Amino acid sequence: MTVGVRVLPTDKLIPMRVAYDEEEGTRAARFRAIALPHVDDVYSLARYLLGNTADAEDATQEAFLRAFRHFDTFRGTAVKPWLFAIVRNVCRTMRQSSVVSSLDDADDRAVPLWSAEGETPEIEVVRQRDSIEVRRMLDELPAAFREVLVLREIDDLSYREIAEIVGVPVGTIMSRLARGRAMLRAAWLAGQSKEKVT
Amino acid sequence: MNCEAAETLVNALVDGELDAGHAREVETHVASCPRCAAALADTRDLHRAMAQLDLRYKAPLGLSRRIEAALPRPARVTTDRRTLLKGFVLGATLSGAVAASGLFLFVRDDRERWMAADVLSAHLRSLQSTRLTDIETSDQHTVKPWFNGKIDIAPPVVDLTAKGFTLLGGRLDYLDGKPCAVIVYKRRKHVIDLFVEQNAQAINQPASTTKVQGFNIRHWTEAGLHFWAISDINASELAEFQEEVSTALSPRDGA
Repeated sequence: MTVGVRVLPTDKLIPMRVAYDEEEGTRAARFRAIALPHVDDVYSLARYLLGNTADAEDATQEAFLRAFRHFDTFRGTAVKPWLFAIVRNVCRTMRQSSVVSSLDDADDRAVPLWSAEGETPEIEVVRQRDSIEVRRMLDELPAAFREVLVLREIDDLSYREIAEIVGVPVGTIMSRLARGRAMLRAAWLAGQSKEKVT
Repeated sequence: MNCEAAETLVNALVDGELDAGHAREVETHVASCPRCAAALADTRDLHRAMAQLDLRYKAPLGLSRRIEAALPRPARVTTDRRTLLKGFVLGATLSGAVAASGLFLFVRDDRERWMAADVLSAHLRSLQSTRLTDIETSDQHTVKPWFNGKIDIAPPVVDLTAKGFTLLGGRLDYLDGKPCAVIVYKRRKHVIDLFVEQNAQAINQPASTTKVQGFNIRHWTEAGLHFWAISDINASELAEFQEEVSTALSPRDGA
């Protein structure tokens, strides 16, 4: 075995390796570890903002690539609101350039089969039906109210976080939420009474 | 407080966004105003109902994988290799002169040390993100082909269930800025990551254990590949793990 071959290269390579690692390897790995676990959350928001699955998928992918490009500027501790702000921008751009296809609701049929632990099947059926119904009602709300409702009720963000993402004062978030909830409730009651008639 | 303000503020009350002073004001108003009391009850109902429903959409399968694939991969390390090759030639010429100098031991230690640090951070990252595996299966014949086309080595995947090491799956990770395979095992509650990587210096080396931040890392080379096993199990169990892997890899005696 030739023992000496390992002598020289390593110490020459070390500085190069470090610089290289810092810039690409660890950066990508860090991004993977920190941002990628939020794919579902980002996708879900995009789906609500755009109204269909295919565009939501494109927006999510684009948002993550953008996020990676600007990863250096991410300073905060909460990565989710940061990603949401990015995907919201992507969705806005897509809407403005009207590349967005029309509403499809095929995906609403494919609502998850959550586990029915501790619940009767009947309750689960009702819950599944209600979930589909509320998703549809959210889709029908005007965009400004829909997004604050989704960010508050589904993503559980604070008013301040929502205000930063949407770019309006906290007071506006609060009044949009109040209006949005009232509209959603009205839609729900209308659905209930229709059900009773039929 | 008038009703108009109260109707908006009941939302903030339900969402827990009011400070104690404002919360009391709203509550006082609601106590004496049936209309706003109803608004509060409605808002609370809706909030609770939405919390119980399943309103979140789940990303389609494979979206995460596609995003990962679209992320810039670290560029291939051609320059590194070329430099390495030059060093090799140079080193070979010099090797005659310094053959038994013992210097290489020092150099090897150096690489061991920063590789061990890399292994540790990759291991910690995966534990932290609770994303232990990209492919989760106890079937070695599923894990092995999964790596096809993802990296330029075919990592050996051995089933050690009978020896007390359960196969959890595999994932892609990075060591030294290059993609590598990780085979994930479990003993009792402890996760063992087995990193498999290749580099120009994969000359067969006996196994050695280092302890870093409470983790044991066992490194050895075999079949032209570097193996790094890391876990918080004790050093002797990790050595046992390494021996089982090595035994499973080497052709049987007489075969």
